[in-house]
Amino acid sequence: METRTILHSDLNNFYASVECMLEPALRDKAVAVCGKAEERHGIVLAKNDAAKRCGVTTGETIWEAKQKCPGLVIVEPHYREYIKYSQYVRRIYNDYSDQIEAYGMDENWIDVTASKRLFGDGSKIANEIRERVKFELGLTVSIGVSYNKIFAKLGSDMKKPDAVTCITQENYREKVWGLPVCDMLGVGRAASLELNRYGIRTIGELAHCNDALLACKFGVNGARMKRFANGEDNSKVMPRDYHVPIKSIGNGITFLSDLHSNDEVWAMILALSDKVTSRLREAHKKARGVSLTVKCCDLAYKEWQGTLEYPTQSMGDVAHRCFALFMQNYPWVKPVRALTVRAIRLVDDTIGEQLSIFRDIEYIERNEKIDQTVDEIRRRFGWNALQSAATLKLDKLPQNEDEIDLTMPTGMLLFA
Amino acid sequence: MARKVYVRVNADFYPDGEVRPRVITWIDGHRYEIARILQCIRAASTKVGGCGIRYTVSIDGKQSYLFREDDRWFVEGKT
Ligand SMILES: [Mg+2]
Repeated sequence: METRTILHSDLNNFYASVECMLEPALRDKAVAVCGKAEERHGIVLAKNDAAKRCGVTTGETIWEAKQKCPGLVIVEPHYREYIKYSQYVRRIYNDYSDQIEAYGMDENWIDVTASKRLFGDGSKIANEIRERVKFELGLTVSIGVSYNKIFAKLGSDMKKPDAVTCITQENYREKVWGLPVCDMLGVGRAASLELNRYGIRTIGELAHCNDALLACKFGVNGARMKRFANGEDNSKVMPRDYHVPIKSIGNGITFLSDLHSNDEVWAMILALSDKVTSRLREAHKKARGVSLTVKCCDLAYKEWQGTLEYPTQSMGDVAHRCFALFMQNYPWVKPVRALTVRAIRLVDDTIGEQLSIFRDIEYIERNEKIDQTVDEIRRRFGWNALQSAATLKLDKLPQNEDEIDLTMPTGMLLFA
Repeated sequence: MARKVYVRVNADFYPDGEVRPRVITWIDGHRYEIARILQCIRAASTKVGGCGIRYTVSIDGKQSYLFREDDRWFVEGKT
């Protein structure tokens, strides 16, 4: 088999970089992208290099981050921009290969084995991509070039930002074997601690580890980790039209003041379902289930899930199911502070549906037409052009509109 | 400092998908005829942020950038 050439391209500080690219005034400041301060998401989601240098880390609270870095500028996340720019970057990769596999929103493997005759060797292609992303999109990537996915990914972590690292069959021993085992994809946290207990700290030590010990401690996974450490990883880069499925689409609001009645809750559920189902239609998905999260005024929260009768992307279906969950389960001992509606167990909306004699097809089709019309009107005149009557009298909605909570794929397909 | 200014643009859309801007209407209503398009590439605006298709246009003998960002147009306005 021909030696493959695989790139792993990683957008540097992705969320923070997009914010700084869109707003040049942020560029020379320490910036952290954080969930809303007044909610439980008031934590650092991403930061730029200046913030990193002050010791700001992902996952800590805004308060902690500000202690370390008093000048820190906090910005809210703009997920739709991130999704947009993640697609723009993939469009550049597209010029070099049709095997592009996403790993989260900001990382991709690109198999360029077949494109080398056209574009030059792996490092030349990687540098061209790096330059184009910078010039065309104002973002930076670090790219690892290697003959397998595992080493390509390791390479992209070695030098950043805006850099290319090549790991070849000749130099991998010097470049890779000194790194700690936990840096390697396929070695989880638990496995890495366990390996450390047996004195195996580096990838090189793993590469030479006794087979019997690995088999005894880790089963088949042990042998696989050892193969990876030796660069023996044959997993394919998936074709570009393969999409890692979006797991769920949710939308939540924390209210300006507590809700006290079923009517108010119903109106909120409608408004949230409206957002969620419009995203579903955008993503060409239908939901087979919903989940409703309710937070009371004492901040305790509960989540309930329910199945939908048929896969749907219609606002009414999602809203009614959620409201039914609420009515069945919420004891109304305390007023409601926050609600989140999520569409779960998603399927493609192009998949043919099973017919059922109990289902009123005409009713469903009529609903779909209404939804399409609503989408079209909003596309032309903006989101607020149309609202449910029940939501019109709402005065407890926070001003902010952008509260999309897309659960992004994080699964690794390598072992599938 | 430059600032991002969205502007009204009259453009010609060709059957092959090419788009050529013709006239820029400034916020005060003044119309600027684009004499020539010198270059058209995808690029980020390092001055005002954002990115899109960047047209280098010649107006009254002066060159400037005009960006097409999705369905909107902007220029790097001087303040
Ligand atoms: Mg990254």
